Amino acid sequence: MRTVNQHAWWFVLPVLLLVAFNALVPLMTVVNYSVQETFGNNVFFWSGLRWFEDVMTSPRFHAALGRQLLFTGLILLIEVPLGVAIALAMPRSGPWVSVCLVLMALPLLIPWNVVGAMWNIFALPDIGLLGYALNNWLGIPYNYTQNPLAAWFTIVLMDVWHWTSLVVLLAYAGLVSIPDAYYQAAKIDGARPWAVFRYIQLPKMKRVLTIAILLRFMDSFNIYTEVSVLTGGGPGNSTTLLSIDLVKIALGQFDLGRAAAMSLIYFLITLLVSWIFYAVMTKDEPS
Amino acid sequence: MKLRAIAVTVYILFLMLPIYWLVIMSFKTTNEILSGFSPWPQVWTTASYRTIFTDPTWYSGYINSISYVTINTAISVVAALPAAYAFSRYRFLGDKHLFFWLFTNRMAPAAVFALPFLQLYYAIGLFDTHLGVALAHCLFNIPLAVWILEGFMSGVPKELDETAYVDGYAFPRFFLTIFIPNIKAGIGVAAFFCFMFSWVEMLLSKTLTSVQAKPIAAVMTRTASTSGYELGLLAAAGVLTIIPGAIVIWFVRNYIAKGFALGRV
Repeated sequence: MRTVNQHAWWFVLPVLLLVAFNALVPLMTVVNYSVQETFGNNVFFWSGLRWFEDVMTSPRFHAALGRQLLFTGLILLIEVPLGVAIALAMPRSGPWVSVCLVLMALPLLIPWNVVGAMWNIFALPDIGLLGYALNNWLGIPYNYTQNPLAAWFTIVLMDVWHWTSLVVLLAYAGLVSIPDAYYQAAKIDGARPWAVFRYIQLPKMKRVLTIAILLRFMDSFNIYTEVSVLTGGGPGNSTTLLSIDLVKIALGQFDLGRAAAMSLIYFLITLLVSWIFYAVMTKDEPS
Repeated sequence: MKLRAIAVTVYILFLMLPIYWLVIMSFKTTNEILSGFSPWPQVWTTASYRTIFTDPTWYSGYINSISYVTINTAISVVAALPAAYAFSRYRFLGDKHLFFWLFTNRMAPAAVFALPFLQLYYAIGLFDTHLGVALAHCLFNIPLAVWILEGFMSGVPKELDETAYVDGYAFPRFFLTIFIPNIKAGIGVAAFFCFMFSWVEMLLSKTLTSVQAKPIAAVMTRTASTSGYELGLLAAAGVLTIIPGAIVIWFVRNYIAKGFALGRV
């Protein structure tokens, strides 16, 4: 049982100051922009909620949000089951475990724009291994700079390559924490592999899978650098996800009011969906 | 059993292919790259690597990246230690809300904050400094470090604290000489994660720097776009950005599984 101690605030003060400095000042800047209109020269006018109405009703925002939801949905549907399957297939002990873990963690530690550049080199239709193999060995016409479907295939494959290991490592951490006695008991009861998975392994992985799904949701929903380097949002607008569109509006067109309003709506959607995931996945747990 | 080994092998091969291609590209001559597809360099050359190691704009990028990543890791872990202790041992007014609020900062899209960050750091004179980037990365690394450390600290029985008080240890001495050695693994894991997310993050570090503190990965894309499309050079720089991460993983390989579960299995 934790004891009540109001002096504990002194312990959290450094953290509070550092994070508040980074979070509150920029957040207030964004709020400030989102309710004003400017015609340049640093002259601002109060514009109320006009920017919010503008963003909420703009087809451009709806299109970007739709693409973002499709991308994040695909990522979660592919990476979570694939990651769990690989974790189940991993050896539980032995010399190979370290080797597998190190190799799997490697993509997680590559700077995000290098990931984009690397996939660019890998997928070039004429000289990249992936592009060349698809075009010349398998006979599938593939050019991610011209064909939207090929561009989507490439960004999804890139993200699967980049982040599935995170799910694997988390699920694996959950699996190795299961005592051998559980498996022995299941064996005595004559449980089939599916039953072992459903009633022993899955419940034990629940906590770590909650973390995995939350992290994968947040990071795929906020993805910017990798996709921006690989496709730049193209061809056309076909891979312009929310962050890419936001940066185009804010830094490309310097449309600060609209960008600020969009930022806040974007952040609120992320918070809301994360909270729903969290609430659904932990609802059976005693608090 | 066979099928499982094949599945893991195929997955790891899939992970290695783009890396293999990057490494191969870095040893090809520009002529060979542009002349068409070849699965293996016809002529091996280290020209790209030589360029990087002799040109200050290139290698200073590495020094910049490593500087701000190190500063950030130090600040995040040191600040997070007492906070994580407070969250794991005490109840206080607003503790749950504070914990949740800290974590919401991990959810904020970096693209949302890029422009306000630029203005803020410009205003306080930390634009284009290592300290500036290190402080900005605290936004998402401190919540993560607090979360990981809190998980590890909650695994240490409270009796340890109580015994130390009975034995007459003052809090600072207890914390530094008894408690911290008990959560060494947790500190290692937290430092690893701070290193990782500061090393791979590019949007903020690129926005907040221009010359003096420019990270290597940003040098890479800028150089690639200004001096024509030099794929060999780009690939070599990419390979060099993978190496620090690989070294760090090797050191923490035994803690990785637990660490990725953030001490909460």
